[in-house]
Amino acid sequence: MIAPALSSAPEGVLSVRDLTVSARSDQGLVPLVEGLSFDLARGETLAIAGESGSGKSITSLAIMGLLPVPAVRVTGGTIHLGQTELTSLPEARMQGLRGARIAMIFQEPMTALNPVMSIGRQLTEAIRAHDPVPMREARARALEALKAVRLSQPERRLEQYPHELSGGMRQRVMIAMAIALKPDVLIADEPTTALDVTVQREVLDLIRDLQRDLGTAVILITHDMGVVAEMADRVIVMQRGRVVESAATVDLFEAPREAYTRELLAAVPRIGGGPVRPPLAAQEVLMRYQDVSVRFPIRQGFMGRVSAQVHAVEHVSLEIFRGETLSLVGESGCGKSTMARALVGLVPHEGRIEVGGRALADLDSAGRKALRRDLQIVFQDPMAALDARMTVGELIREPLVIHGIGSPDEQKARVRDLLERVGLQVAAFNRYPHQFSGGQRQRICIARALALKPKLIVCDESVAALDVSIQAKVLDLLRDLQREMGVSFLFISHDMAVVENISDRVAVMYLGQIVEMGSHEQLFGNPQHPYTQRLLAAVPVPDPTRPRLAAARMAGDIPSPVWPIGQGPEPVRLTDIGGGHLVAG
Amino acid sequence: MLAYILRRLVMSALILLGVSFITFVLLYVLPADPVRQIAGRSATPETVESIRRQLGLDQPFIVQYGRYLWNLLQGDLGRSYLQKTEVAVLISARLPATLLLMLAAIVCELVIGLTLGVIAALYRGRALDNVLMLSSFVTVSAPQFVVALLLLYVFAVQLGWFPIGGYGTFAHLVLPALTLGILGSGWYARIMRSSMLDVLRADFIRTARAKGLGRGRIILGHAVPNAILPVIAMIGIDIGIFMSGIVVVESVFGWPGIGQLAWQAIQRVDIPIIMGVTLVSAFAIVIGNLIADLISPLIDPRIKLR
Repeated sequence: MIAPALSSAPEGVLSVRDLTVSARSDQGLVPLVEGLSFDLARGETLAIAGESGSGKSITSLAIMGLLPVPAVRVTGGTIHLGQTELTSLPEARMQGLRGARIAMIFQEPMTALNPVMSIGRQLTEAIRAHDPVPMREARARALEALKAVRLSQPERRLEQYPHELSGGMRQRVMIAMAIALKPDVLIADEPTTALDVTVQREVLDLIRDLQRDLGTAVILITHDMGVVAEMADRVIVMQRGRVVESAATVDLFEAPREAYTRELLAAVPRIGGGPVRPPLAAQEVLMRYQDVSVRFPIRQGFMGRVSAQVHAVEHVSLEIFRGETLSLVGESGCGKSTMARALVGLVPHEGRIEVGGRALADLDSAGRKALRRDLQIVFQDPMAALDARMTVGELIREPLVIHGIGSPDEQKARVRDLLERVGLQVAAFNRYPHQFSGGQRQRICIARALALKPKLIVCDESVAALDVSIQAKVLDLLRDLQREMGVSFLFISHDMAVVENISDRVAVMYLGQIVEMGSHEQLFGNPQHPYTQRLLAAVPVPDPTRPRLAAARMAGDIPSPVWPIGQGPEPVRLTDIGGGHLVAG
Repeated sequence: MLAYILRRLVMSALILLGVSFITFVLLYVLPADPVRQIAGRSATPETVESIRRQLGLDQPFIVQYGRYLWNLLQGDLGRSYLQKTEVAVLISARLPATLLLMLAAIVCELVIGLTLGVIAALYRGRALDNVLMLSSFVTVSAPQFVVALLLLYVFAVQLGWFPIGGYGTFAHLVLPALTLGILGSGWYARIMRSSMLDVLRADFIRTARAKGLGRGRIILGHAVPNAILPVIAMIGIDIGIFMSGIVVVESVFGWPGIGQLAWQAIQRVDIPIIMGVTLVSAFAIVIGNLIADLISPLIDPRIKLR
C-alpha cells in the first residue's frame, strides 16, 4: 500500500496558519480553536476529526467567514485562499468568494434548504449571485449540476420544493449547489451524519467521484472515524480546540502517536469488534409480539374519512427472553420505534403483545400501572427527556414517588445508590440537568429507568446522539447493568456497529416487517437477506487500507409505507434456515 | 381547490347560523325595550302594545327567531324599526365606505407593522429595537378614540393637512385608515419580529450566506417570505378585532360606514339593523379567513388545501 501524497504537494489552494478563533464571554476572550495550521492541496481530501466541542465546525465557519461575529471571531493567524488572505478581507469581497471559490455543505439537509423556494430557484440564485448569466443559462447550469449529483428526474426536481424530496435527495441538491460554480475548496461539515447508512454510502461515493472529476480540494469535518478512513488522504485530529495529531490517514490508523487518537480509534464501534457473548442459559420468555400490526390512518375530506393508512408495523412476531438484549435495526421509517411505542401503549396496535404471559389489551388500569414498573424507556435526546427545572435527585426519585415505593429516606438512599451505579457522583443529587454533559445526562436517564428495577428497558436510539468515546462507555454501562441485574434490553438503533456490540439477538426491519432475525453470530456471521447485506456493506469501515469501492450503486429511495384502504404490502414469510435463524424469502 | 372553497362556504353558512342565533338571544334578553324607543316617552300603554303586536315582538322567542331566519333565507334582513327602510338597503349603501376603509387600514397596518417588525429583528437588542418594541406596546394598548383624537388634533386641527371628518376624497381616508393602521401595526410588528428572529437562526439562512448572497437578498428573498407565513394566518383572525375598531373610528371621523350605522342602531335598540350589521361583519370575517387560507399555499408550497 502506497501512502497518498502528503502536505508537500506543490499546488496548495488553502493555507491556514496559527488560526485562533475566540468567543467573547464574561471572562474575556475564550479560545475555541487555537494555533491551527494546515495546507490543502488541489484534489486532496483533508479530514478534520474530533468529538463535540473540538472546534472542528468552528474552523469550517472561520474559513467560510460565517462566524457569528462579534460574539465569535478570528483573533489570530491567517487563512490564505490562493494569494488572498481571508481573515482581513472585507465582507463584500468575502461574499464574492463564498459559494464561488469555497463552498460548503452542512449536516442537516432537512433544514438547510429554504422551504418556500423551489429547488431550481435556489440553485439559479446561487449561480447568478456570482455569474450574472441570463436565467435560461443559469437554469441549464443548474440542471447540469443536478445531473452531476446523479439525482433522478433532474428536470422535475427543478420545479419541486424541498419538502417533496427525501433527506438523501436534499443533500444531493446541497452538493449540486456547492459544486455548481466549481469551487476550489469544498467544506463538508458532517455531510452524512443525519442520513441513513445506505444513503450515507451513496453520498460519500458521490463526493469522492465529484472530487476526482473536478479536482476540488475537500475539507471533511466529521466525528466518524469510519468515514475518515474511507474518504480522507490526511487527517487532523482535534480536541478542545487544539490539534492533537496530524498525519496521513493510513499512518494515523496504523500507528497513532497520541494517546487521545488511540482512545478515539479504540472507541469506534466496528463490526466484528464486539465482545463474544456467551449464549443465554435459561430461555424464559419475558415479552412476546404476536402478529402485531400498527397502522396510522390518513384522514381526508370534510368528514375526515380514512382514505389510506401508513403501514408502520406489519404482522411482526418476536420474543424477548429474560436477561437478553434484542436489537431492532433498520433505517428511518422502517417501524422500529413504532414497535417500542406500541409496547408501552403510546400507539394502538392490532395483534397481541404479551408481557409476562398477559396480553396488554387485557390489562385493567392497575395492571397497566404495574406493567409500567416493569417497562422503562431511555430515549435518544437526554436533554429533552429530563425536566430542566428538577434536580437530578428529584428526577430519579420521581418514579419511586409515583409508585409509592419506600419512605422518602429510603427513596433518597436508593437514588444515591443508583447515581453511583451509573458512574455519577452522589453530589449530582442537588444539581440540574443542564450542568451535565450529554453522556452524563444519558446516565441520569438510565438511572431513572433503573429506579423501579424494571424487567425490560427499551433503548430507543439511546446512544445515537453521543460522541463515540462516550457512546462506548454508555454501552459498557448497559452491559454491566444487564449482567448484574438481569434486565432485558430492547435496543433500537440504526447503527449496525453499535448493534453488533451489544446484542444477543438481532431483528432487521424493512418497511414495517422483519426480513431477517437471528442470533448475533447468525446475523453478522452469515447475513442472508439482501437488505441485511446491503446495510452491513454500507457501514463505513475504520480501515483506510481496505480498497475503496467505487460502487456507486443507486439503491434508490425506500418505497412508501402508505397504502389505500384494503391494500397493503406483500407479507413476507420467514423461514428458519437452521438454529433459529429466520430469513424472509 | 374548488371543492375546498365550496366546503368552506358550507361551513361559513353554519357559522353564520350560529352567529345569528347567539346575537338574537342576546338582543332578546336585553333589558332595553325597542318598542319604548319607537313609541317615545309619552306614548300610552295601548300604543306601546299595538306597536309591539305590529312588530311581532309579543310572540315567543322561538317564533320570532324562526320568522327572522325564514326571512333571512329569502334574503330579507327586515326593516329598520325607526327609519322604516329595508336593512339590506341601508347596509349596502354604507358597505362600500367600510370596505374601502378596511382595505386601506389593513394595507396601512401591514406596511407599518411588518416593516417595523423586520427592522426591530435586524437590530435585535439594540436601542432601535427597544424603542420600536416599546412604541408597539403603546399602540397595542392605546384605546382607539385616543389615537383617533390625537391624530385629528395634530394633523387636522393644528396642521390642517387633512379634513376633520367626512367622506369623499382620498384626504378624508387618510386619518381614519391611519388610526386603525397604527393601532393594528404594533401587534403585527411584534409577531413579525419574533417570526423573523426564528427564521434568521434557521439553517437555510446560513446556506444562503454560504452561497455568497448579499445581506439584502438574504433578508428580502429568504428571511421575509418565511417569516411572513404565521402573519398571514393572523390577518384572518385580525379582521374580527378590526370590525370592533371600525365602529369607534367611523363614529369619531364621521365616516358613513356600517360601523356608524351600527353605533346609531345600538343607541336606539334598532334590532333589525344590529342583526344585519352583525351578520354582515361575521360574513366579512369568515370570508377574510377564507382568503387568508387561500393565500397561504401560494406562499408556502408545503400547505395543501384539502
